[in-house]
Amino acid sequence: MIVNSAGRKIPEILNGRALKPYMGPFSVVPADVPVRSKRRLTLLRPGESKRRASLKDAVRAVGLEDGMTISFHHSFREGDMIIGQVLTVIRELGIKRLRFAPSAVINIRNPSIVDFVRDGTIDRIEASGIRGQLGDAVIDGLMDNPVILRPHGARPMAIETGELEIDVAFIGASSADEYGNATGLTGPNACGALGYSFIDARCAGRVVVITDCLVDYPCVPASISQQDVDFVVVVDQIGDSEKIGKGAARVTKNPRDLLIAESAAQFIAHSGLFADGYSFQTGAGAISIACTNYLADLTEEKGIQASFSLGGSTSAIVEMFQRGLIRTIQCSQCFDSVAARAMTSNPNIVECDNSVYANIFGKGNMVNQLTFGILGALEVDVDFNVNILTGSSGEMMGGLGGGPDVAAGAQVPIVTLPIVRGRTPSVVKSVFTLCTPGETVAAVVTEAGTALNPKHKTYPLLKENLEKSRLKLVSIEELQRVAERLLGVPKPMPCTDKIVTLVEYRDGTVIDVIRQIKRR
Amino acid sequence: MPSSSLKRTSLYASGASVVNMIQAGFYNQDCQVYDLEDSVPPADKDAARFLVCNMVRRHRPKDKHVQIRVNGIYSRYFNEDLEASVRARPDALRIPKVEAAGEVREIDGKISAIEKAAGMEEGGVKLWCTLESHIGVLNAKEIAEASPRVEALILGAEDFTASMRSRRTKEGWEIFFARNAILMACRAAGVDAIDALFSDVNDVEGLKIDARMTKTLGFDGKTAIHPRQVDIINAAFTPTQREINHALRVLDAIEEGERLNKGAVSLDGSMIDKPIVIRAQNVIAMARAAGIRIGGDS
Repeated sequence: MIVNSAGRKIPEILNGRALKPYMGPFSVVPADVPVRSKRRLTLLRPGESKRRASLKDAVRAVGLEDGMTISFHHSFREGDMIIGQVLTVIRELGIKRLRFAPSAVINIRNPSIVDFVRDGTIDRIEASGIRGQLGDAVIDGLMDNPVILRPHGARPMAIETGELEIDVAFIGASSADEYGNATGLTGPNACGALGYSFIDARCAGRVVVITDCLVDYPCVPASISQQDVDFVVVVDQIGDSEKIGKGAARVTKNPRDLLIAESAAQFIAHSGLFADGYSFQTGAGAISIACTNYLADLTEEKGIQASFSLGGSTSAIVEMFQRGLIRTIQCSQCFDSVAARAMTSNPNIVECDNSVYANIFGKGNMVNQLTFGILGALEVDVDFNVNILTGSSGEMMGGLGGGPDVAAGAQVPIVTLPIVRGRTPSVVKSVFTLCTPGETVAAVVTEAGTALNPKHKTYPLLKENLEKSRLKLVSIEELQRVAERLLGVPKPMPCTDKIVTLVEYRDGTVIDVIRQIKRR
Repeated sequence: MPSSSLKRTSLYASGASVVNMIQAGFYNQDCQVYDLEDSVPPADKDAARFLVCNMVRRHRPKDKHVQIRVNGIYSRYFNEDLEASVRARPDALRIPKVEAAGEVREIDGKISAIEKAAGMEEGGVKLWCTLESHIGVLNAKEIAEASPRVEALILGAEDFTASMRSRRTKEGWEIFFARNAILMACRAAGVDAIDALFSDVNDVEGLKIDARMTKTLGFDGKTAIHPRQVDIINAAFTPTQREINHALRVLDAIEEGERLNKGAVSLDGSMIDKPIVIRAQNVIAMARAAGIRIGGDS
């Protein structure tokens, strides 16, 4: 075991793979080598078709074999019906030991991913997070190979360094033509931006576009280009539009969340950096959406305009754009249908490649240009480390998302969370799983006050400006004391020695591991 | 930062919800009311009493006026509520549906006995009496003067309008007389007057209008039914910078007049009489209590 610079014990070798310990947010410099890609040269003569009659025909056509890597995007969220269909076909063909590498958290129930692991179809999982039935099974020791979780920016990095070579990318599209030009913006099951699939389309050995809405050639607009696509399959249904995201994301009425959101917006407004041309990423959680609404009013009040918003887009961000308070939305995914629809009619709402968004080795990414980033968290500790993966009872609850990327890149990364959740403190002495290192967090905003990180580069500026505001500034230790005074100190989670998950940082180093929970 | 000397907002947290009670400590209300009455189902009364009293004893918010609302005087829970609540040492007990001075005197006696048995200083636990019927409103002055423990009267508008067979409206004309009757009783007795709650949580503009009415009439505070109402009510009761500036000018003019030994003092062409001075002093006191720094305050 070695101890990384965040103080976590990491094995030097795991299942034959040498692990690199995290040593700081910008400590790894990439080797001076070309990016890796499995993209094949292919001749398609005039008149030849990319259409395949069924998913089974397409899987046969791409030459999928035992042990290969398959990928999917997560833009259909809980409404995804593609992953289940494809894995079922793969199982019927008797293909085994696949590495399953979706772009983010996938939580499909029917059929369950757990069943595909149990029958040997899948034996490795690499994603940004896992939860639900799969998460529970993994943390209880389902898999022999530990799951690898990466933040959004680390996935294109891993693909381009060859750490995660994708043999076949299955890309769901709400509209596509027979030559593979595809989009998530139109069709009955529109999901909006397909920003996570760009890198898969560019680098996978074979690319299959799956749609339930075949349109006349050429499909316009198109996010995925025909030059990256090998085969096209039309299925009955790619997703459940109810679950993909209908209407505007709900604005919370929870007074505690509203209080935190308003405090975060006031933090931004009084930070000393809230000026014309500022930029931000707020996200899609309840606090984030409410914070966007408060931020919109403060931006209007000050008579300024944000240069851009980044990451996942919501109806709240679109509304801010329509009020003239943001110059451009750089959208890697759409969290609701309002955000998805807005992309079809506004040239200043731009679909953002996930690699451009956050790839640390991508010649400068967009998170580096952010002024403010609002991050959610399940737990924060007195060193400002953030846990966004594991809950208080040892359950997998979320995904890394772009949190570690935004924290490292943005000038002022702000973590928002309630000091207690139910009957569990969320500001603790040491987080159960370390996902975002505290050295990249500027402040923690809670309902009980705001703590500035004295070790963050912006501390002097923030302290000087925020002390003049009406925000209640407290130390992180005080927040922890308040939480513990109210609820006591939870017993530590008992774990076995078996490592079930590796938590990678955005540069491919290991920032923490999750061990199997010992159930009583 | 709220101070317990202010009574602008009172927020309820149900004794049936530990989470609500914990969260309530983080909002900006001046008075925190832990509820044993309407928000607690009969089956949970004992558990809620235990939780509320432990909350007040061990985790009371430091910067708030802490109250417990007990069950009704004639309910079967009342005596047990009183016994446990007094020993938890809140700043005050809220007594619902008070109708007569005799009831207050009886409660006063019971509390004194509990305080004595518990070795507490007698008279420390105050009473906030809620008047929720036409009888209670008609007896407001006697109730306010019934015991030195009485610190405030509160109008309970929903039950009051039911007792009057009136229709409850946002405009509030049906409670206009009750508001004024309670206010006059409170001013006569020298206790605080707390206005009824505004029940539509989603109507922010309606609440603002209602809170302005509350302040204009002269109330000292208002009950909030939801945390989202707290800051709106606080704002209505907190003097604006313009009001503060005017009050300071009034007080400066008076000071200058006294220095020059002037009999009559005027400001901007108008005479400054005694009520204007009192109002100016109240504005400055309220602003200071609300944490606003005035002039050379440090």
